[in-house]
Amino acid sequence: MTQNEVATALRHVVPAEIILSRDEELHPYECDGLSVFRQKPMLVVLPRTEDEVRQVLITCRRLEVPVVARGAGTGLSGGATPHKSGVLLSMARLNKIVEIDPVARIARLQPGVRNLKVSEAAAPHGLFYAPDPSSQIACSIGGNVAENSGGVHCLKYGLTVHNVLGIRGLTIDGELIELGGRAPDHPGLDLLSLVIGSEGLLMVVTEVTVKLIPRPQLARVVMASFADVRKAGDAVASIIAAGIIPAGLEMMDRKATAAVEPFVQAGYDLSAEAILLAESDGTPEEVADQIAEIESVLQAAGATAMVVSSSEAERLRFWSGRKNAFPAAGRVSPDYYCMDGTIPRKNLGPMLEAIEDMEERYSLRCMNVFHAGDGNLHPLILFDANTPGEWERADKFGAEILELCVRLGGTITGEHGVGIEKINSMCVQFSDAERAMFFGVKAAFDATGLLNPGKAIPTLARCAEYGKMHVHAGQLAHPDLPRF
Amino acid sequence: MDSSSSVLRELRERVTAAHNERRTLRLRGSGTKDFYGEAIEGELLDLRPYRGIVDYEPSELVITARCGTPLSEIEAALKHRGQFLAFEPPAFKGDPTIGGVIAAGLSGPRRMYAGAARDFVLGVTLLDARAEILRFGGQVMKNVAGFDVSRLLCGSLGILGVITEVSLKVLPQPRAEQTLRFEMSAQQALEAFNRWSGQPLPLSGAAWCNGLAWVRLSGAASAVRAAHERLGGERIDATPATHWWNALRHHTHPIFANNTVWRLSVPDTTPPMDLPGHPLIDWGGALRWYAYGGTADALIARDEVGYSSGGETYHELEGVRARELATAAGGTALCWHGRALETGRFHPLQPGVTALHRRLKQHFDPHGIFNPGRMIPGL
Repeated sequence: MTQNEVATALRHVVPAEIILSRDEELHPYECDGLSVFRQKPMLVVLPRTEDEVRQVLITCRRLEVPVVARGAGTGLSGGATPHKSGVLLSMARLNKIVEIDPVARIARLQPGVRNLKVSEAAAPHGLFYAPDPSSQIACSIGGNVAENSGGVHCLKYGLTVHNVLGIRGLTIDGELIELGGRAPDHPGLDLLSLVIGSEGLLMVVTEVTVKLIPRPQLARVVMASFADVRKAGDAVASIIAAGIIPAGLEMMDRKATAAVEPFVQAGYDLSAEAILLAESDGTPEEVADQIAEIESVLQAAGATAMVVSSSEAERLRFWSGRKNAFPAAGRVSPDYYCMDGTIPRKNLGPMLEAIEDMEERYSLRCMNVFHAGDGNLHPLILFDANTPGEWERADKFGAEILELCVRLGGTITGEHGVGIEKINSMCVQFSDAERAMFFGVKAAFDATGLLNPGKAIPTLARCAEYGKMHVHAGQLAHPDLPRF
Repeated sequence: MDSSSSVLRELRERVTAAHNERRTLRLRGSGTKDFYGEAIEGELLDLRPYRGIVDYEPSELVITARCGTPLSEIEAALKHRGQFLAFEPPAFKGDPTIGGVIAAGLSGPRRMYAGAARDFVLGVTLLDARAEILRFGGQVMKNVAGFDVSRLLCGSLGILGVITEVSLKVLPQPRAEQTLRFEMSAQQALEAFNRWSGQPLPLSGAAWCNGLAWVRLSGAASAVRAAHERLGGERIDATPATHWWNALRHHTHPIFANNTVWRLSVPDTTPPMDLPGHPLIDWGGALRWYAYGGTADALIARDEVGYSSGGETYHELEGVRARELATAAGGTALCWHGRALETGRFHPLQPGVTALHRRLKQHFDPHGIFNPGRMIPGL
């Protein structure tokens, strides 16, 4: 199928002005937030209604043209990387808040609504939408559903899957499917959970119903300094072991604080090897109690200094550094590669030490920011794509971190998704039989394989190939190194 | 080889034989939920022998156990370390296995406030029809690698395969808990529940029956105290409070002793429904229980419940009406126990969604050996 043939077929069913085909129009869509992978799509379509989405899907299905749905394009795993002979379906214009019902505490949203806009619209009612990925100013709710996005508050408030009540969407055949809804516990298999986090491989979501929750009266954050990273990691486990579930529990190493401090003046202790941010929210009484408890646990865990936010402005300032860690990485290095593994919390210390060792071996710097309460790591590997060999080293460095995550009892991706980026690492985490089951799930929704092909689940052949180049003679690279 | 691996080997052999010989299996733990879902036939596959807590680290907030582990054993281990299963799975009148708890996916009174069973599932090991052992999810809080098959299996009623091991998120027990009671009509209670749910209050239960609204607060002692001052109501002592919430959780409340019980899951803002009988309302209004044709009932007088005319036809008409009203409210109605409708015990699914069920079942269990018909007749 040529671009012209597909465009002509689409112009029969949707208005010509929502179809982009000229090079300069396609250019902005060639990558998502993971810009090392670029691919110009054959066409971009920007539907404004669910019916236009249906018409595009039916046409693509008939012509056997791949379809990649895209929200705001902020994803970090290349999940929205276009297909070279496919249609990129941008959901950005489906951006209306359909309904906010403050009594029922729900919002019905088109997929292109920005994450932060939901909380802004709910704020006059004293409500908010809990998942807050760091890209929340820009990322869309449809993309959040595709990736099962998290954020800094999911330890207490859960991920997207815990906060979405229902979705409405279309299969590649154009069939309308409604899953979940405003009543809890729908009968049948929990297909809602299956579709959330499915990275656009199962269906195209056209409406999302989310839960809104009461905004806590007060939030305060403790910032604690530690003289070594392992102690900071152990302090995280101590907080949880004490029966405290903070609203947020984040960690940054010295390289990260040094990078962000000149950028945002968050007031971080630059002499500390690691800092922890532990937030408490709720009524003023319970926040006071919990902050006191957190302070005493951190004291016992060896904190060298502690500051508690005394105003909302100060609280936001402490968080600003954490939320700006990625742009700060971009400021201190021409390029950075953000990883997203999750490990059991108890292994934070060993993981950090292993990363330090990898920095030496790959001759690349890595700064670390963690959703420590969830054990979700975001090591930011700094490199320069213009220096020959650096990207390749960064890529291997990242893959080694992910393999270690799996060995430590964790996963290769906590919240960014597999996309195209971690497709090889999927071979490390899942067996052939498990991946075959994933393909079965895919086929149940999309027998043609036209929705977002080549993402999220590697084929058996691909894993066989990866295994060959990766595990040489049955040995992992660097067999002499200690593995945790 | 330890005993658990020989038990697992035996389970795999049974599944392989059933798959090869196209024989159907009826998966069962303790049998506390034999009544639940459609009646099925098939060779019994007793999953109780594959038992034991595999891993429990309180600081990780995760427990991993084999499917046959009794719920009581898990709850005792958690309690010992000041933790609990926040979705409060019902035990009914026995001691269910954790595999059964997750396969049924049922949650107790805390469901709207702490989350449902599926919200606490972190990972599941599945013994599939080809006798392969497959692991989905894991032991960490955040995991988006691959499709979320572990949550798909929660509530799957065993139709996709045998859940052999589960990892669940656990939470610290609330520091303080206080139950309050208010004299209110159903209408007043529903309005109050919805109003309170929109405020930053430490709610962990809200139910109504027979003119009384019950509200549970859980959390830091200071938060519970402040919320009580704000809401007022009669303080209920810990013993009767526990008795009340356990009666809802485990279905020992007298309403469940009736012959036919319908469970309506609706948006919590749904006004009182035009069905005969006094409902038991749970989940802040999102769950409505209606019972007919019952036994002696300590709380609800016979006439009030509206089943005095009795008879099977009568029940079916009520069931049809329950379905209609639940659908109109944007919810679903399930015939919990007693005589179901011809359309099945569970609320019928959208045709496109049923088709997805068929294709998933076909892939997971091509010869239909696992619990055929338990969820959807013919599937």
